Amino acid sequence: MGTLPEPIERLLESALVGELTVVNPGGRPITYPLIPLYDGEKVYLTSSTLFSRKLEHIKGNPKVSVSITDPIAVGGRTDRATIQGDARVIEEDPHGGWERLLPIWEKKEPSIVYFLRSRIALPLFFERALIEVTPRRAFYWPDGSAAAAPVVTELGKEAA
Amino acid sequence: MRSTPELDARAGLDKLATYPYTILTWVDAGGYPISVAVEAAVDPAAGDALFAAPAGLTVPADRDVSLTGSHIRPQPGYGYDERRHVTVWGRVTSAARGQLRLTGDRAWGWDEAEVPFFEYSERSTGQSRKYFDALSRERGTPVRPRLSLGALTLRTTRLPFLTATIVPVVLGILVAASDGAFDLLSAVLTVIGASFVQLAINVSNDVFDTAQGADDANVTPTKFSGGSRVIQYGLVSFRQMATLATAFYLAAAAVGLLLLAIRGSTALLVIGVVGFVVGLGYTAPPLKLVYRGLGEIAVAIGFGPLMLLGAYVVQTRGALSWEPFVVSIPIALLVALILYVNEIPDRRGDARAGKRTLPVRFSQAAILGGYRLAVAAAYGVVVVGVVAGVLPIPTLLALLTIPLALRVERGLEPNYDNPYGLMAIMGINIQLHLFVGLALLAAYAIVLVVAAVAPGVPLFLGS
Repeated sequence: MGTLPEPIERLLESALVGELTVVNPGGRPITYPLIPLYDGEKVYLTSSTLFSRKLEHIKGNPKVSVSITDPIAVGGRTDRATIQGDARVIEEDPHGGWERLLPIWEKKEPSIVYFLRSRIALPLFFERALIEVTPRRAFYWPDGSAAAAPVVTELGKEAA
Repeated sequence: MRSTPELDARAGLDKLATYPYTILTWVDAGGYPISVAVEAAVDPAAGDALFAAPAGLTVPADRDVSLTGSHIRPQPGYGYDERRHVTVWGRVTSAARGQLRLTGDRAWGWDEAEVPFFEYSERSTGQSRKYFDALSRERGTPVRPRLSLGALTLRTTRLPFLTATIVPVVLGILVAASDGAFDLLSAVLTVIGASFVQLAINVSNDVFDTAQGADDANVTPTKFSGGSRVIQYGLVSFRQMATLATAFYLAAAAVGLLLLAIRGSTALLVIGVVGFVVGLGYTAPPLKLVYRGLGEIAVAIGFGPLMLLGAYVVQTRGALSWEPFVVSIPIALLVALILYVNEIPDRRGDARAGKRTLPVRFSQAAILGGYRLAVAAAYGVVVVGVVAGVLPIPTLLALLTIPLALRVERGLEPNYDNPYGLMAIMGINIQLHLFVGLALLAAYAIVLVVAAVAPGVPLFLGS
């Protein structure tokens, strides 16, 4: 069993896309559709350096959320969830460090391996940082509707 | 340059209205973002969206909240496509029947149907540079994007395009051999020297196009156009590229001087000097031939008659004839057409950088007509050359490539405004030059074989 309630783990494992929301210096939420990758403990997302503004925001404010809302992206499931957490940017090696997540990324997007073999065509896309999200609180809507209050699970100590 | 344009709220709401549900997001009292899927009634004309307040949660009225629409289409075994998203920000106020109203004040989004992924990536190279600059400052040492040495070499030098040199040079050597002149050492040196010339031109073009802003202004490069982009991507520095170009020019000059020493002639000296001026002046000031709409002529002369006749006179020690000149014309026209077609997707960026190429100067109809005319002329020269008894009959093998030319001609019009659709057409157009070259090489190989095994067989009409 992982750190998150089981239904949310299933959502994370099946989601082709989720929404990472970061907070910019003006306090405004900015939402990016990204592939959520879950290792049983933490949620990972990756960002190309081409689209790295989100990384700047995370470095300025690590409080983020990852939501799974699109039934089409989760194989028709109708439940929904949002995970609040503290994010850390891992960028020791933008060239290859992120590749440790390739096996779970490939399960969701098999074509990524093909594109990686053609790295010469799109070199900057494959210069990437990892975003590691440590879950702190989870909101779960069993039938996906916001008409009912979410089931809230507290998961750990929040960032200061 | 922003990677995607910021939208006004009305445009954002217009897009948001097309999504089946929206994601309401705000920053809660603890400072964390929270997102809830809601069904919103979006009214772009009124500039707002109405939705039921989510149960059990308090949406703040004192700060910006957002509504996001996000879409993908799953593709089993592949991943997904049809990516698009839009976010509209604004303040929330209470409305009738317990609903909330978000009044939009700004928006942002991306739709790959409007801005293809490759263009989106290209528009974002500035953000990548910013990222690596910040990381370098943080670490106190330069951090750069990387490619393997092999991939970087291929990308930087555009090595696969060496066929543009090898075809005319080897053809010139074979034509000379068919005239009874052949020297292996000088033939090998000619191929090497000419290859250095092209590598020098490839790399120096990137240097001068970067210096003049053309490559930076181009947001729709393809693998056949827009330069190697290694400077734009931060893979190689401007100074390193300039050094590499100089090294290639010096290597080419050294081989050229060696050839002059061992097989020298006035004709070779003239061809070498003209080739150097045309090659460097292609993008370099003050000539900047390609910026003046003379790029096709420069490429046609350089990679047609100059390369072919240069290789020919090395073998013949300066003797010239009409045959190598005539056979160089189809090669010249087709290599110029590679540039001509490759400039079509670059034309907006080129126009912004003041690069007045033919597709910048002329209408689509004129450019398409020009293509047809030049291709017809390439084949026409072969036929006329054979009929006139200047070219050997086997050179008619080149006509076997006409179906390729027709595929390019038919693909240009529907893809004229679609750089990524045009990429396949550009590939076929490059093949056209290569296969016509190979057909002509095969023709002269046949001439040499026939001359060796059956010297009496006539291979020229009228002979």
